[in-house]
Amino acid sequence: MRIVKVLSIILITFVLIAGIAIPLAPAPQGLFEFPIIPGLEDKARNIFYHVPIAWTTVLAFLVSMWYGYRYLRTRSIDDDLKSVSSAGLGFMLCILATVTGSLWAKFNWGSFWNWDPRETSIFVLLLIYGAYFALRSALASDEARARLSAVYAIIAGLTVPFFIFVLPRMVAGLHPGAKGDVDGSGPVLEFKMAPNMRVVFFSSLIGFTLFYIWLLTLRIRAARLEHHVADQHS
Amino acid sequence: MSTIARTWALVVKDARSELRTRYAMNALVMFVITSVATILFAMREDQASPELLAGMYWVVVFFSSMSGLSRIFVSEEEKGTALALQLIASPKVVYVGKLLFNCGLTLLLTLAVTVLYLIVFPGFVVASFDIFAVTWLLGSLGLASAATIIAAIIARANTRGTLYPVLSFPVLIPLLMTVMRSTIRALAGESFENAFGEFQVLFSYLLVMTGGSYLLFEHVWKD
Amino acid sequence: MNGIRLQVTDLRRDFNRRPVFQGISFALDAPGSLAVTGLNGAGKSTLIKVLAGAIGPTTGTVAYQRAGVPIEIDALRHELGFVSPYLNLYDEFSAEENLRLLSRIRSGNEPASVTIERRMKQVNLWNRRHDDVGTFSSGMKQRLKYAFALLHEPTVLMLDEPTSNLDAEGIAVVEAIVAEQKERGILIVATNDESEAAWCTARVHLSGSGGNKR
Ligand SMILES: Nc1ncnc2c1ncn2[C@@H]1O[C@H](COP(=O)(O)OP(=O)(O)OP(=O)(O)O)[C@@H](O)[C@H]1O
Ligand SMILES: [Mg+2]
Repeated sequence: MRIVKVLSIILITFVLIAGIAIPLAPAPQGLFEFPIIPGLEDKARNIFYHVPIAWTTVLAFLVSMWYGYRYLRTRSIDDDLKSVSSAGLGFMLCILATVTGSLWAKFNWGSFWNWDPRETSIFVLLLIYGAYFALRSALASDEARARLSAVYAIIAGLTVPFFIFVLPRMVAGLHPGAKGDVDGSGPVLEFKMAPNMRVVFFSSLIGFTLFYIWLLTLRIRAARLEHHVADQHS
Repeated sequence: MSTIARTWALVVKDARSELRTRYAMNALVMFVITSVATILFAMREDQASPELLAGMYWVVVFFSSMSGLSRIFVSEEEKGTALALQLIASPKVVYVGKLLFNCGLTLLLTLAVTVLYLIVFPGFVVASFDIFAVTWLLGSLGLASAATIIAAIIARANTRGTLYPVLSFPVLIPLLMTVMRSTIRALAGESFENAFGEFQVLFSYLLVMTGGSYLLFEHVWKD
Repeated sequence: MNGIRLQVTDLRRDFNRRPVFQGISFALDAPGSLAVTGLNGAGKSTLIKVLAGAIGPTTGTVAYQRAGVPIEIDALRHELGFVSPYLNLYDEFSAEENLRLLSRIRSGNEPASVTIERRMKQVNLWNRRHDDVGTFSSGMKQRLKYAFALLHEPTVLMLDEPTSNLDAEGIAVVEAIVAEQKERGILIVATNDESEAAWCTARVHLSGSGGNKR
C-alpha cells in the first residue's frame, strides 16, 4: 500500500506541475513544449485532469458493482463495505469530473451544459450514484441495505453499455473524438497528442487510478473500524 | 407446463385483485389526465412541434407509470401478503407473473395516452403507423421490465413513493431517449427502415433488463 | 410412512450484523415434532422463517430429504404448511377465493371442492366462505390460515404462535390438527407458551442473545 501511496503522490504532483507549466509552442522543440492544437490551445491541458478523473469515476462504479455482486454470492458484509466505499469515492469523483468538464465546456463550447452524449452519460452516472445512496438511506437493516443496493448497482450497471457504445453513435456529439467531431473542434486522442503530452496524460491516468486505490483502502479500513466501534457500543 | 399454469395463476390473481381495488388503475388514469391537462394549460393556443409532442408523450407515460407500476409489489408488502407468496411460489414464477401483469398494464397505459394525444393534440399525427406500433410495443415492454425490478426493490424500503422515480429514471434514460427519437420518426412519416437502429436498441434494452432482473430477482425477493 | 427428514447445520441469521441466533444444529425425522421456545425477540419467528425457506440464513444450511434424497426448495413448497399472525391472506378476496387462487399459484390447479369444503368446515368458516377476508375478525383470519396451510396435506407444518386470537373452540381445532400432524409428518411450533411447547417432543430453546454470544 505504501508504494501505491507514494507513487500516486509523485505522479499526480508531476502531472500538476508538468500539465500546467509546460508552455505551448506552434512548432514544439524537444520535450518541454506542447504543440498548439487548433481550437483547444491552453484548454487542452484539461485533458490531463478531466479525462483521468472521469475514468476513475467509471472505475469506481465498476468496482462498486463488482463487490455488490460479490456480496450477493458471499453475503459477507465486508463486501458491502467495499462496495459502498467505492461508490462514495465514485460519487465525489463524479462531481469533480462533471465540474471540470462543464467548466471546460463553458470555455470551449460556450455554455456549461450542452447535452453532448458524454455529458449525458456522466449526468446519468451522477443520478445513479445519487439514487444508490438514496436507496441505502431508506432501508432499515444492514443486510437489506447491502442486498438491495447491490442489486440496484448491477441493474444500473446494465445500462452502462448503452451510454458507452450506443448513445454516442446515435447522437452527434461535441466531445473530442465523438461522431461529428470535425477537425479543429477537438483533438482525437490518438492522432493529435504529442508524445510528451501522452507521457503526462498516462502518468495522470495511472496517478489518479493509484490515488483512487489508496483512498479506497483508507475508506474500507475506516468503515471497518466504524462498524467495529458501533458493535462494541450497542 | 405447470410452471406456466402457476405463473398464469399469479397474473390472474393480480388482475382480479386490481379489478376489485382499482388501486393502480385509478392512479394511472388520474395521472394521465392531470398531466395531459397541465400540458394543455401550458400550451394554450400554441401548436407544439412534433418533436415536442413526441417528447411530452413519453414524459406523460414515464410519470404516470411511476404512479402505478410499483403497486404490484408495494401492495403485497403493505398488506403483509408477501410471505404467503414467498411460501407458495418460486421467485422465478413471482417475477415472471408480476412482469407480465405490469407489461399488460403498461401497454394499456400507453394505448390510453396515445388515444388521448390523438384527440387533444391536432399536431400529433402518426404518419408512420408501423414505426409507431413497434415503438409502442418495445417501449412499453422495456419500460415495464425496468419498472418491475425497481418496484420490487423499493417495496422493501420505507420512502417508497419518492424513491420510485428517483431509482427508475437513470435506468430508463437510454430507453426514453430512444423511444423519443423513434416516435419523432413516426410522426415525421419516415420509412420503416430508418428506425431500425432505434428498434435494435429498444430490443436489446428489453432483453438485457429482463434477463438481468430474472437472474437478480431472487436476491430482492428473499430476505 | 413418508420418511421426510429435516437436517439443520450450524445455522445463523444476522440482523444489522448481529446474530439473532447462531450455532443451531439439529435433525428431525417424520413423524416428529419440535418446539422452538424463547423470550420475545429471541428469534423464534426468524428461525421458523429460515426453516420454511422464506428468508435465507446468513450461514449454515437447512436441508430436507426423503430416504437420503434431497428435496429442492421448489418441491418443498408442495409439502409445507405455515401459519403465523404475520402471514396475511388477501383482504380483497373471499375466503374460498383465497384458497383457490393460492392453490393455483402453488400447484397450477385447484384442489377438489370436497377438500376445500372439508378444510373450511374443520375451521368452522364454511358458512362465511363467500365473505371477503377483509371483513373477517382476527380470529377468523387465523382460522382461515389453518385451512390454507392444510389444504395440500403438507408433510411439514410450521406454526408460529399457533393459538393467537383463537377462542376455546379454535384452540381445540388446533390441538386436533397438531395431534394428527405429529403422527403424519413433521410439526414445528414456535411459541413462548409452555403448554403449546409441551405438544412437541423435541425442543430448541433460543436464549435471545445470539446463541453463545455474551
Ligand atoms: N426484518 C427485520 N429487520 C431487523 N431486525 C429484525 C427483523 N426481523 C426480526 N428482527 C430482529 O430479530 C430479533 C428476533 O425477532 P423475532 O421476530 O424472530 O423474535 P421472536 O422470538 O419471534 O419474538 P416474539 O416472541 O415477540 O414473536 C429481534 O431482536 C428483532 O428486532
Ligand atoms: Mg415471533
